[in-house]
Amino acid sequence: MDAFILQILNGLDKGSAYALIALGLTLIFGTLGVVNFAHGALFLIGAFCAVTVQKILGISFETIDPTQTDFLGNPLKVATPYVEKWLGTDMGMAIQDWSVPLAIIVVIPVMFFLGWVMERGLIKHFYSRPHADQILVTFGLAIVIGEIIKAFYGANPIQTPAPSTFIGTVDVGAWLGMDPGSVAYPTWRLVYFAFSAVIIAGVFAFLQFTTFGMVVRAGMADRETVGLLGIDIDKRFTFMFGLAAAVAGMAGVMYTPILSPHYNLGMDFLVLSFVVVVVGGMGSLPGAVLAGFMLGILQSFASMNEVKALIPGIDQIIIYIVAIVILLTRPRGLMGRKGVMEE
Amino acid sequence: MSKSNFSRRGVLKTGAIAGAGLALPTYLSAASHTGYTNAPTGSTVKFGFNVPQTGPYAEEGLDELRAQELAVEHINGMGDGGLLNTFSEKNLQGDGILGKKVEFVTGDTQTKSDVARASAQSMIQKDGCVMINGGSSSGVAIAVQGLCQDAGVIFMAGLTHSNDTTGKDKKANGFRHFFNGYMSGAALGPVLEKEYGNERQAYHLTADYTWGWTQQESIAASTEALGWTTTQNVLTPVGAGDFSSYIAPILNSGADTLILNHYGGDMVNSLTQAIQFGLKDKQVNGKDFTIIVPLYSELMAAGAGSNIQGVFGSMNWNWQLQDAGTKAFTKSFGEKYGFPPSGAAHTCYVQTLLYADAVTRAGTFNPCGVAEALEDFDFDGMGNGPTSYRGSDHQCFKDVLVMKGADNPTNAFDTLEIVEVTPRAQVEYPVDHPMFAGGDLGACNPGA
Repeated sequence: MDAFILQILNGLDKGSAYALIALGLTLIFGTLGVVNFAHGALFLIGAFCAVTVQKILGISFETIDPTQTDFLGNPLKVATPYVEKWLGTDMGMAIQDWSVPLAIIVVIPVMFFLGWVMERGLIKHFYSRPHADQILVTFGLAIVIGEIIKAFYGANPIQTPAPSTFIGTVDVGAWLGMDPGSVAYPTWRLVYFAFSAVIIAGVFAFLQFTTFGMVVRAGMADRETVGLLGIDIDKRFTFMFGLAAAVAGMAGVMYTPILSPHYNLGMDFLVLSFVVVVVGGMGSLPGAVLAGFMLGILQSFASMNEVKALIPGIDQIIIYIVAIVILLTRPRGLMGRKGVMEE
Repeated sequence: MSKSNFSRRGVLKTGAIAGAGLALPTYLSAASHTGYTNAPTGSTVKFGFNVPQTGPYAEEGLDELRAQELAVEHINGMGDGGLLNTFSEKNLQGDGILGKKVEFVTGDTQTKSDVARASAQSMIQKDGCVMINGGSSSGVAIAVQGLCQDAGVIFMAGLTHSNDTTGKDKKANGFRHFFNGYMSGAALGPVLEKEYGNERQAYHLTADYTWGWTQQESIAASTEALGWTTTQNVLTPVGAGDFSSYIAPILNSGADTLILNHYGGDMVNSLTQAIQFGLKDKQVNGKDFTIIVPLYSELMAAGAGSNIQGVFGSMNWNWQLQDAGTKAFTKSFGEKYGFPPSGAAHTCYVQTLLYADAVTRAGTFNPCGVAEALEDFDFDGMGNGPTSYRGSDHQCFKDVLVMKGADNPTNAFDTLEIVEVTPRAQVEYPVDHPMFAGGDLGACNPGA
């Protein structure tokens, strides 16, 4: 039972990341009709926003400590962050400790702006082109972004820890009335799950309960008619691209304490997220979220030793097997709409 | 009237391609004109540095490249000479090799065997390299070693720790300075016994390729000899990123020890996630849960940050050693790049110098002459103490370091501390040891 609950939690956690990326992908596909293979790169940029904030908060001045030597035997240069000098040691250290949550404040405008630039500067030129062209150009863009990040930050994963308050585990077993300590789960992973739930709910609420969202939904259903009513739907769709980029960016920032970011992180998530979108149904927002969590949980269970003993290697292929089965039985995906990508 | 489909241009093109295809094996053998592949004819000789510049071991590869460039500088008489000043052999005078200046080309293996082979093939066929050096990841090293054997050039392996490299996949044209999984197990065993006793339940997470398999086998054999039990060995894909679904089952498995047979970015992620799951703070079977990382590198330690504190592992070499060779190399590398060299950098640097020295002693770049000069070659002054290249499997034998994540690192470079320098005699093994069984060194291939 303990192992079962742990894998459920694990699956929800993985599923949160898949769902957030897939949500953005579907949002872009549903509004602009673009298959954006650079969406994983937006997740990557978000993660490196957290790294950048951490590095900025760590910018230091050096003093020479003659009592110590460095690895070459020279007097040791001791680095002290400016935030500690300006705000005092305790406050400075606390701010550095909270660099990941602070990065959320930075990432929203940055990603919104990058999304806007990406859509206006590149993607809009491919609206009327075949999906294959869109895939090629956005995939190329993803590679370029990854290489730029490698040039600046190197190839190794960079530790971006969660605030010390969230380090450690939560006794989920005790919450569920089980033996204390039987199901302990990392605190930050639970925070990530809660954060994802809030973002997903926020995006749905925005689309469902605001006039802007209503127009966007109308545009997704029939772009031409909305345009004939005198509404500048292109502008709203550009905003949605920015919103999708911001969602991917926030997902990336919050994921950094779970998986130390490296330049190829976007690619690791991209393929899985596309499978999630296809399984959920192209253009279906609830489908993307449902499929994200479903595949996350399935992948977690497939990694259990008992399952792997029965079918070796199943953890590596389970997602693709499910995708094949879904596409054979429900070609539009779990919640796909009629007519999407069927022309 | 019928119309011919042949055109003059078509015939010429087809003829040229067919001719090039037929000539390729002759070119590769090269014996017809020089006696061995890529015999240098001008005033220069070319090395191929084939390392991962992208992929999960990229940081190690880039550090190897820095060291290889430094070695070429020193061979050509630039810089402070580095380890040439402390090397027990004094054949290299800083004027190149046999009067020829050394040039080099680089390739990105991407930590993929097929890419690495294609890159090495290009270095041999297109660039005319006489020696290939590099290969982080044993899968890559073994693949490139096989290619070099067939092509008739020397392969000086870099960061490769699988027993198979000089075990079942050994080749006469391949030489390994780095230590291996068996040696890690032999060095770590007594230290782990002293630290954690004889009754431990060990759970292994193992990278699913040759290095992971042989390291796991070696460490399991070593710890089981102490009385430990191996409760589970779970194979994990290379580059998995999120290892949480492999770590979660450990929590209630009854194991009190986690052995991470992971390297590079994978090790950084799996160790960090294991600690996030609270494993280090756990008590099982009345004992503090412990984590062991059998193969360490400074670059991984830097990536893992404070998570490695108190975690034991092993290394081939570390810049904190106090012998003259280590000091000379650390100074040379540190002054050029601003930080200490990694173990991967050290092994590639040493391999480049050892090749150059062997050519000088042999008086030829012919791979068979070089191989003969390297076989059963004893040397010192390279930072590892007295070292031997065993002739029967081309494995170097030297002291091995047992390391521990430092409890109170004072800077970004001393995150690991040396616990013990395990003497060479403790990590030696017979050439027919079961873990190295199978395979055949074969005969040296000069490309004939």
